[in-house]
Parts: sequence; structure tokens; C-alpha cells
Amino acid sequence: MASPSRVSASTSQTAPRGGLPRFSQKHLLGIADLQPYEILDLLDRAEEMIPVSRQERKSLPTLSGKTQINLFFEPSTRTQSSFEIAGKRLGAQVVNMSVRTSSVTKGETLIDTAATLNAMRPDVLIVRHSAAGAVQLLSQKVGCSVVNAGDGAHEHPTQALLDALTIRRHKGRLDGLTIAICGDIANSRVARSNLLLLGALQIRTRVIAPRTLLPAGIENMATEVFTDMREGLRGADVVMMLRLQHERASGKMIPSVREYYRFYGLDAEKLAFAKPDAIVMHPGPMNRGVEIDPAIADGERSVITDQVEMGVAVRMAVLDALLPARNETAA
Amino acid sequence: MNETLLIENARIVDPASGLDATGALLVEDGRIVAVGPDVASRAPKGGVRVDARGLVLAPGLIDMRVFTGEPGHEYRETLQSAAEAAAAGGVTSFVLMPDTLPVIDDAALVDFLIRRAAATARVNILPAAAITKGLRGEEITEFGLLQEAGARCLADGRRSIQSSALLRAAFGYAANFDLPVLHHATDRGLVGDGVMNEGHFASVLGLKGIPREAETVPLARDLQLALLTGVRYHAAQISTEGSVALMAEAKKRSSKVSCGISINNLALNENDISAYRTFFKLSPPLRHEDDRQAMIEALRTGVIDVIHSDHDPQDSEVKRQPFAEASDGAIGLETLLAAALRLVHSGEVELITLLRAMTQRPAEILGLPSGRLAAGAPADFILIDLEYPWQVSERDFRSRSRNSAFEGARLAGKVMATYVAGKKVFDHHAGGGS
Repeated sequence: MASPSRVSASTSQTAPRGGLPRFSQKHLLGIADLQPYEILDLLDRAEEMIPVSRQERKSLPTLSGKTQINLFFEPSTRTQSSFEIAGKRLGAQVVNMSVRTSSVTKGETLIDTAATLNAMRPDVLIVRHSAAGAVQLLSQKVGCSVVNAGDGAHEHPTQALLDALTIRRHKGRLDGLTIAICGDIANSRVARSNLLLLGALQIRTRVIAPRTLLPAGIENMATEVFTDMREGLRGADVVMMLRLQHERASGKMIPSVREYYRFYGLDAEKLAFAKPDAIVMHPGPMNRGVEIDPAIADGERSVITDQVEMGVAVRMAVLDALLPARNETAA
Repeated sequence: MNETLLIENARIVDPASGLDATGALLVEDGRIVAVGPDVASRAPKGGVRVDARGLVLAPGLIDMRVFTGEPGHEYRETLQSAAEAAAAGGVTSFVLMPDTLPVIDDAALVDFLIRRAAATARVNILPAAAITKGLRGEEITEFGLLQEAGARCLADGRRSIQSSALLRAAFGYAANFDLPVLHHATDRGLVGDGVMNEGHFASVLGLKGIPREAETVPLARDLQLALLTGVRYHAAQISTEGSVALMAEAKKRSSKVSCGISINNLALNENDISAYRTFFKLSPPLRHEDDRQAMIEALRTGVIDVIHSDHDPQDSEVKRQPFAEASDGAIGLETLLAAALRLVHSGEVELITLLRAMTQRPAEILGLPSGRLAAGAPADFILIDLEYPWQVSERDFRSRSRNSAFEGARLAGKVMATYVAGKKVFDHHAGGGS
């Protein structure tokens, strides 16, 4: 049985990992800010956190006495509870704050809330906001560490890390895989963070979407771009589906949900083009029957619930990596 | 006899006459009496003599696009503070956009502005009246009455008229009064939720893009309607290579169409936004470097007539926001010339060509007697030290707002003195006004 102190990174903060330095930044704002060795370090740390959640006594004293505030300007049950559980399993005091944004007070709320919360001296802020760059802006106004839990269509770094961890555990490796990301790439922070992470590790990526859901310049962000889902899935090791904001897209970016499902929904027939052992992923929450056939979502190739478990491990690893790093710089 | 003013030993650069030579300028009663290489020797004894050795003497700049906050948002900018900023930047006349509270869409308001400017401002302020009531793009304003009240031109400021039928009516009616129409052509639908130039960089930042076609599609429409109606049409600000092609084509068919560009689109590109810096959130958006290069080429060839500051004061409340939620706009009166001189120092544009776009061409488009160094013209001129090194600092701004896209920039070249109607309204060495 792993002893708590062995799993805690705080005792081995400066120890080189295979000769490489470890992750030691103040904030986690995006995958774009990470070096490949930092990504791998966070994945390795997360790996060590998995047993903690599986044992009887699911806690470590690492963050005891620390205050973590989950500041969500956009509602998200699963991401918020994942961060909350991660913090609590490491012994932190976790406070949840949901801030309703009205169009009148939007920005004022952001800067003012940052100043107010900063005065309460938290150790880490977990922030989600509907505007790209908002979390970075907030990080400039506070003294503590900040984790981006999703900012507009920009980044969602812990999602990309948990996806990579899930893939690595199922495939035993990341090198040499072909990963297809399918759906609303244009509006997806999950797609961006995943493309950045996989790109940094030089892993082959494909994006699949109708032209209207592909952002400009996508050919510089993914290895290959497809508008035909069958072609795009051919020989893929991993199929990542994205949630379609169908209320917003319908009639504008796509004609209808049923047409979208016909051409871009993942069903058995299309999945057959991927490798026989290909895994199916989805960041949730799923629209069954919109982007994915329920039979596939709940089927044996689906690793969607594993992603949720890895989410807690990755977030524990991120919190553990950020907070001791802060103490060191302060000392 | 009134006292004369003689500026001597200056390098005189006057785009309107093509003069670029060492010489002197003689002023009496607020007007230019004589200009040229041999003027100093013929000048009357006495009067004030200024030795401008090492400096460029040029017509005062005419800025065709300036926003203030008076009336309605005086905390952002007043006519007085904008005029101080203008004087410090070498701008002796500027066109005032009608986007105030209330909107300048009524003759009484034009009259108010003219009186207010005369009482408080030390440079010439030329009010533009709104094309449509309340800038709503629905009904045209009283062009004739507005002109009688003193409006120099028509403009809908930050807004763009979407209805082609209304635009046709406005153009036709403006042609009646020979009033220039300054219009920022933007297709609202194509802009959509866009907040920066569409392309790879916007995608990386996760920001919605504004396609170039949001400018070229309505510009093509504007130009066809301008040719149809014979209006004096000025495309307020273009930013893409496609717009240059459209302008070049229309100019072959009519001398009444012209276009301008914001100094920001000439001196900056989308990469300046870097990590969501909202002072670089502008309309039109900063484009790709390829677009900027095409704009410089169009300035060289004369397709682009005018460079303006697009001076748009915004307070920190609306700028210190997430990028997509921040207001557009940057101040620019005080940095216009120095930022433009970058193109001269880099060898991309001749000094006389650059100055033409800020003096002679705006004057011609607006029908002003200034913008040139000719006998009889108003003595609006500036003295420039082309090499003067300085760093832009928000502490030094005379503008009431601080939202400069050039904050911290190192620039070469600065206005040393500004004269309006023969009166010095700015002296660099005095550290402020006269």
C-alpha cells in the first residue's frame, strides 16, 4: 500500500524526474504555456494520484490548511465537482462560488470579484469564464495561483491532461497513435487544448467537422483536416467526440440536428472505419443522439467514465504541483 | 502694420506644391504671406524671427477621424483636452465624429459644438454631422440645415449603414449639397460576434474572427452607389488588400471617391494583441502583416488618400475587460505623426508622401484652404524634429483617456512646435502649451 508521503510531491519537489526538471509554474492557464516535459511530469504525478481515490481512506494531507476557491462564471456541475473532490482529497478547504453574469455587469464582476477574493487570501483559484482570456486577465489581478477551468473557446488544460492520461492508460503509450477529434472544433476549448497537448508531444492529430465548424487556420493546428467523417476515422486509434451546442448552431452553422447526426454523429457504421481496438472519448456532458449513438456512448469501446475518474487524479496532481511551488518561491 | 512672424532656416516640406527645400515662411495676420528659399532675405525688418535649423516645417496635420466625449462623456475627453492632445501631436484641424450623447444629428447641436470649440479649443474643430438620426441607420438627417449650421461633412462614426436603399438616398441627397460623406463600410452580419481579424491567430486565442469580407462586401456596394449618385464619398477606413483593389478600380471612374486608413492599421498588426491586450481591440481590427504591407503599398501608390488617428478615448472600466467584452478603440492624436514616421525611417514611404496623406489630401477632400503652405492660406503649420527619440508614456498624455496602442513604444520624430493661424499652440520645450 502506498504511503501518503510517497505519493505527495511536496517532499520531492526539486528532485529531477529522469533528468528533467518538474512542473514548477505559478499558474496553469493553458497547455500553450507548458513544455513537453511539464506535460509528462503532470501526467506522471496524476498517475500517482489514481490509487489515492481508489483506497479506503481517500485523502492526503498535502494541502492541509490551504484554501481553494472554485470561481465559476459559467455553470458546470462536473468540472466544478471534480475540482472540489480533488482539493478535498488533498486536504484543502474548498469553497464554491458561482457567479451569475448579466450582460450589464459582466466585466465589472470579473475584476471586482478578483480583488475581493484576493483579499480573502486564498491559495488557489479555479476559474471558469465564458470569455477567452478572462482567466489570464484575472490571474494578473490576484496574488495566488490560478487554474483555468475553461475560458471561452480558448483553453481547458485539465481536460486535455485527463484525456492524455486516459489514452496513455488504455493504449500504454501516446507515441505513434492517431487521434481523431470530431465535432464543433471552432467553438471548442477542449479541442484547442487537446490539439496543443498532442501537438507538443508530436502525436498525429486529425480534426473532423463540417466546414462551418472549423476555425480559420485549423490546418496549422492539426496534422490533418477532414470534412468526411469516414475518411477522418480511417485507421484512428482514438476517437474524441465533442459536444455540439446544438441550440446555438442549429439553422446557422448546421441545418438541423438530424442532418448533423447523419453525417457527423458517431454510430457503429462510422466507428467501423477506425481501428478495431479504437477507444471512444467524450468530455461530457453528452448529447445522446446528436453527436453520438447511445449504444456507442455506453458500449465497450467507450472510456468516458474513465475520463471522469482521471479528471480527479489530474486535478489533484495539478493542485499538488502548483501549491508547493508557490511556497518555494515565497520562501 | 501687424507684427510678422518669420520661421527661417527650416527644411520646408509642402506636399501640395511639391516643395522640399531649405527656406523660410512668413506669416502676417494669421495667414501665410510667403514661403520659399529666398523669403528670409525679403522679409520685413522687425517682427518675430524663429530659427528652425534642423527642423522640418510642414503644414499642420488634418485628422479626419477623432472621437471625444463632449457632450455626454466628458470624463473620457472634452473638446478642450482633445485639442490639447491634437496640438501636441501636430494636428491643427480635426474632424469630430458625431458619436456623442446626444448624437450630433441636429443643427442646434452643430452650432453648440462650434461655439464650444471656439471658446475652449486651440485647434480647428470641424464637426461631422450624423448621416442618420441617432446613428440608427434608419432615417437621414437634415443635411442642408446641418451644413448651414457649419457641419463640414457627414459621417455615421463607428456605425455603418446596413440598408443599401437608405445609403443610396443619403448619397443622392448629400450630392445635392456637395457634402462629403465619410462612411466606415462594415457588414454587421459578417462581423457577427467577431472581435479580431479572422485567421490562425484568432483561432489560437479562441476569439471569434472578423473576415476581410465584412469590409470588402459593403465597400463594393458603397462604391457602386457613390458612382451612381455622384456623391463625394470617402471610405473612412480600409484595412484589407481586397479593399485597395476595389478603391483603385473606382478611382479610375471617378475623382470624387477617396479612402482613409487608421494609423493603427499602418503601424500595427494582429500579433500586437499578443495575450488579449484590449488596447489593440480596434475597428477595423488589426489585420495580418500581409495586409499591413499591402496598405503601405497602397499609400505609396496613392490609392490610400488619408491617414488619420482614429482617436477614440475609452476609460479603463470598458477596456480592462476580457477581450471579447472590451470596447473598441484607442487614442492616437499625440502619437499619429511619430507612429507614421516609422514608415519614413524604415524607408518604406517618402516623407512628402506621408505628409500628403495628413495635410493636402484631407484638405482637398473636405474643401479646406489649409493643409498647404501657400500665400493666403491659414498659417497652420508645425515644426518637426524627425529624429527626436522618445518613449510613449501614459503619464505624458494630454488626452483624458489612457488607452493608447503605442504605450511604451520607442518612437523617433516629434513635433517641436504647432501653430494655428500664426499663433503658437504647442511648444515642446515649454513642456506643454504655449
